[in-house]
Amino acid sequence: MTMPRDLPAAAPAGPRRRRGALLSTLRSPLGIVASLFLLTLVVLAVVGPLHWGETAKVAELTRLSEGPSADHLLGTDAGGRDVLARMLTATRLSVLTAVLATLIGVTLGVVLGLIPIVAPRWIARAVNAALGVALAFPSLLLAIVVSVVLGVGAVSLTLAIGLAMAPAYARLAQTLGSSVAGRDFVAAARILGVGRFRILTRHVLPNVRDPLIVNASIGAGTALVAATGLSFLGLGVQAPRYDWGRMLNESLEGIFVNAAPSLGLAGAIVFAGVTFALVGETLSRAFGLHQPSRRLWRRLRRRPASPGEQAAPLSVVDDPVLRVRDLKVSAPRGDWWATPVRGVSFDIGRGEVVGVVGESGSGKSLTCMAVAALLEEPLEVTADSVCFDGTELVAGGRVSGQTSGELARRLGTRMGFVFQDPSTSLNPALHVGTQVAEVGLLHGGLSRSAAHERAVDRLDAVRIPDAARRAHQYPHEFSGGMRQRAMMAMALMGEPALLIADEPTTALDVTVQREVMALLAEINEVKGTAVLFVSHDITLVASFCTRVLVMYRGAIVEDLSTADLAAGRAQHPYTRALVEAVPHLDAEPGAEFATIAEGADFPTEPVRSRS
Amino acid sequence: MTDLVLENVHVRYGSGASAHDAVRDVSLTVGSGRIVGLVGESGSGKSTLARAVVGLHEPHAGRILVGGTDVVRARGREAAIRRDVQMVFQDASSSLDPRMTVGASVEEALAVRGTVARGRAARRAEVARLLETVELDPARAGDLPSQLSGGQRQRVAVARALAASPRVLLADEITSALDVSVQGTVLNLLRKVQRELDLTVLFISHNLAVVRQLCDEVAVMKDGRLVEAGPTTRVIDAPEHPYTRDLVDAVPRLAAPVDTPTLHRGAVS
Repeated sequence: MTMPRDLPAAAPAGPRRRRGALLSTLRSPLGIVASLFLLTLVVLAVVGPLHWGETAKVAELTRLSEGPSADHLLGTDAGGRDVLARMLTATRLSVLTAVLATLIGVTLGVVLGLIPIVAPRWIARAVNAALGVALAFPSLLLAIVVSVVLGVGAVSLTLAIGLAMAPAYARLAQTLGSSVAGRDFVAAARILGVGRFRILTRHVLPNVRDPLIVNASIGAGTALVAATGLSFLGLGVQAPRYDWGRMLNESLEGIFVNAAPSLGLAGAIVFAGVTFALVGETLSRAFGLHQPSRRLWRRLRRRPASPGEQAAPLSVVDDPVLRVRDLKVSAPRGDWWATPVRGVSFDIGRGEVVGVVGESGSGKSLTCMAVAALLEEPLEVTADSVCFDGTELVAGGRVSGQTSGELARRLGTRMGFVFQDPSTSLNPALHVGTQVAEVGLLHGGLSRSAAHERAVDRLDAVRIPDAARRAHQYPHEFSGGMRQRAMMAMALMGEPALLIADEPTTALDVTVQREVMALLAEINEVKGTAVLFVSHDITLVASFCTRVLVMYRGAIVEDLSTADLAAGRAQHPYTRALVEAVPHLDAEPGAEFATIAEGADFPTEPVRSRS
Repeated sequence: MTDLVLENVHVRYGSGASAHDAVRDVSLTVGSGRIVGLVGESGSGKSTLARAVVGLHEPHAGRILVGGTDVVRARGREAAIRRDVQMVFQDASSSLDPRMTVGASVEEALAVRGTVARGRAARRAEVARLLETVELDPARAGDLPSQLSGGQRQRVAVARALAASPRVLLADEITSALDVSVQGTVLNLLRKVQRELDLTVLFISHNLAVVRQLCDEVAVMKDGRLVEAGPTTRVIDAPEHPYTRDLVDAVPRLAAPVDTPTLHRGAVS
């Protein structure tokens, strides 16, 4: 399911907010732990050789391979040297190798990965082919081969691991980069004549930087393990220099006699690895690549939603199929609650066709999704009553997105929903027929074959040509209009009392829109299904519905009949402005377009035009 | 005098068996200082045609002339003529770099052009002037696109296009991502700058009512071909081609119920 279109835009991500996000992440428990670990690691790497370097060299020939004692907390090695001092001294070399190798890997990877985006096609192909081969090679094996070729030693170890890491980063950079390069702002820069290199540095790089940094930080942990592994195998750092890997190798001989050195070294390696991973995780949170934690939402929930502004409906229907009273939707926005739907109340009669109009952010889609019990955490839906077809959906003052049992069955068979974007409302991996049949399987108590048969029949009813064959096709083989009709077929698997159509034709062409609207009208007429039709297009709503609810800033400001609307009897200033702002085919050519001044404030008080 | 002339333009995607002709043999003239609307449904090839004009696709055949110069084959010094053609995209949230302040986006366009004074202060002043032209407070130059509303972003996109001092402007569905209340402001702005700068505009839209009110002439595309072209009021008020008629009939009207001529009733049961 897509995010509802009506959600107000996320808070601006300006440079100030970025810094704020980093600070607040650093103050979170994760951030504090990551900072402390990183600080410890950095201090040890800097101070280690200075402070313990001399101690580490002292060989007490009388105390070879001793166990832990007060003088030597981790014991001594085969040369009689203090293991702890040597381990702390080796921090610098081990960490430096990992960090430098990562830097080499990422830099090389980014360069290789971004070349295909700007280079001529034949170079791009060559680089791609080379990358493909390099990726197919296990990277540790690659590192071993390279370090053997370059000769053993700390420098060649760093280079080998860096080179081995490069292909993976190249592919990552390329994937991220091509998605950025395909966006309109890069096209706009090309049209302006901005050079390729400049496009890369000014437009592509800044937009792929964050995920690359996060990955590099986590990758440094991998590099550390790889470097340790190679040194352990004797392919890395050579005597007299030593890192954790070499020390681990040396300590292994006496592990059954004296396990302390090996355990201490393992602890150091794990500590460094965890530090890199935590730093990566923290950066990822700070860059907003992660969802905020559930804990934050729970903390937020304790704040009350803003008081309702309107409880009484503007018009009341006898025996309504849907009755909504004081419905509110709240959403967390950083560290406060926004209320995009602020207490709406309305009725929909059986077989009635009601339109909801409003602009983006008016709360119209959220209202519909809330009524269909489709909103889940972090959104919070509260209401006095949402009564659908005789069933009360509100329990404990809330409408839960988790329905089960009888309620789910009722919603599944009696309420249909057609979403805005037909390309995302069907599962791309399943046959259309299977998806339509699912309702019958889940709620209709039908067998698999009976459900499929009915699905084909329903697809035929919404005029999918050659329905039996089409049922075995995937959604991508359907046109946009056909997908919307398949959604309606899904609703028609049951006996829907209400069909909610949320901007069902916004993504469609006008001629296709007409067919979809005609089908909706027919379902309403033949089956007596009530329709709640949501649109930003007041003209379309007026041409299809009998009654219109106008939403503005989360409230219903007017409830009027289409006849009144068409006759120009709308009373609320916002409704009037909206009608006037729609360009129509009878306008004077060359005339100014009617506008609603930016930041114009209309009253959110409703008018009662129907008595 | 800068007109835009398309002569038998053909755009092909892919090659061999999977080749697809998105634009077939389109000839169209946008007179100097005129606004010509290009309408058609998705997949009709109108956006592909626009991308070919600005050089994002190379046409398979045909010529694209700007003020008499073939922009596709222009080389060397002549190639600078390509910058005379600028484009405003459908969705400004994707046509502006999210990591660049709006001032920097406009400034980049100025820097490329290189005709304006080189000093930093002079460029800043020019950015401020351009933002004022599109009725935005110059103080917002330091904002990121995400800090602006949809309508404001689209006006920044117009300012960036104007920064390149174009002679020809392509507008590709520039209001279809906007709310109707904002749409009018952007369209009025487009007309204002078109008149002030005597721009030649190709206005791509699926909204016939907008096209009728804004454009001098209109061309209708279907399946990559031009099916009808002429003065806007003639084409929309008295369409000759059945497809044009179908498009006009499908536009919802406030007073008229949905008409359903193509469907028989009673299949849903």
